[in-house]
Amino acid sequence: MNRLPYAGEAGLLLCHVCGRACAQVDERCPRCYGTLHRRKPKSLGRTWAYLIAALILYIPANLLPVMNTQMFGNASENTIMSGVVEFWEGGSWDIALLIFFASVVVPCLKFFALGLLLITVQRRSQWAMRERSKLFRFIELIGYWSMLDVLVVALVTALVQFDSLSSIEARLGILFFGLVVVLTMLAAMSFDPRLIWDAEVDDDRASTPGPA
Amino acid sequence: MPSTPSAQPLDAPPSLPPLLICEHCDTLYKPVALRRGEATTCLRCGAVLERARRLSVQQQLALALTAAILFIFANAFPVISISLEGLSNAATLFQSVQALNHGRITPMAAVTALTIILAPLLQVTLLCWVLVFACRDQVAPGFRLCMRTLEHLRPWSMLEVCLLGILVAIIKLGGMLDVHAGVGLWALAMLTVLLITLGGREVRYLWDDFDGRLT
Repeated sequence: MNRLPYAGEAGLLLCHVCGRACAQVDERCPRCYGTLHRRKPKSLGRTWAYLIAALILYIPANLLPVMNTQMFGNASENTIMSGVVEFWEGGSWDIALLIFFASVVVPCLKFFALGLLLITVQRRSQWAMRERSKLFRFIELIGYWSMLDVLVVALVTALVQFDSLSSIEARLGILFFGLVVVLTMLAAMSFDPRLIWDAEVDDDRASTPGPA
Repeated sequence: MPSTPSAQPLDAPPSLPPLLICEHCDTLYKPVALRRGEATTCLRCGAVLERARRLSVQQQLALALTAAILFIFANAFPVISISLEGLSNAATLFQSVQALNHGRITPMAAVTALTIILAPLLQVTLLCWVLVFACRDQVAPGFRLCMRTLEHLRPWSMLEVCLLGILVAIIKLGGMLDVHAGVGLWALAMLTVLLITLGGREVRYLWDDFDGRLT
């Protein structure tokens, strides 16, 4: 079969720091001295660990209030979802959608996509490899936008400080939510998209034995 | 903004790296010479392999120095100010970080500080350092460390998210109070554009420029 050559088959690997093509026998990149790995070390285990930790923290992130608002004597506690609903009912449906996407859709999409990628890679699936590659790049691209809510709470808390008249305070929920964002980012960084394509390489090798 | 004429020659003819490897699927390619605005994509997985260099080292340095000045403005001046019945208040980026610095939420203050202040600050500083020397065709002291740090910082610099957050905060508070955009916001907006331009892959070409000259 005439297919594109893999670097691994030519005895080469990519330095992730400086992008140089290095020989597989090298331990460190001769140009930037970065440690070389054929694949990111313990990629699957690390990604699973970060992902599961993020999933667990996502529960308190949604249940606990993220903000406490005191306006002219009226106090109210907002969770992430109740903040979205408040915007929606207040007529700002566009902002409501924006926050809903950043705080709910993006994290959930990340959980789902990373889970899907991990399971398919472990099963050495050759299904939709190109599409799965694109999916990974997509979640890497959108992942950090979830930080939006944390930054909004920080800004609003810093601004509205009029002692008795009105004040806004950050609540514990924002800590959990922020940790979810950080953990899903770490999960995406630990995943090695080249593992998707390894299913193809090893299958070829099984039929035509070559250099290991 | 700098206006370096495009006819100005580069310090050295751009040398092609011997081989290209797609970082998303490990496919091996022979690099081709790219013209301005062109990019190559991986035939196997569709990822961008390489983009033509858009900025010369001089242009990058000019933008990095501009970014340094903008960084000072973005942090020294408030990004939003509000007023309510005669009382007024304003918040800088650092004050927003401090707002999270209480009780059990403190770890989030550290994360926020990293994403909106520390990472951009380090990016700007390291870019200026590396580029000042590159402009004189010299390898900056600590070049490897600087370049590696830049590479690792990239995902943690979230100024564009911060910018959107400020807009959301303005609309959120706009219903109850008088809200004004501060000087810091404009500086931050321009800084964001510059860091996206510079902080991406553009600086990676320096590795190729100095290939073989690193000691």
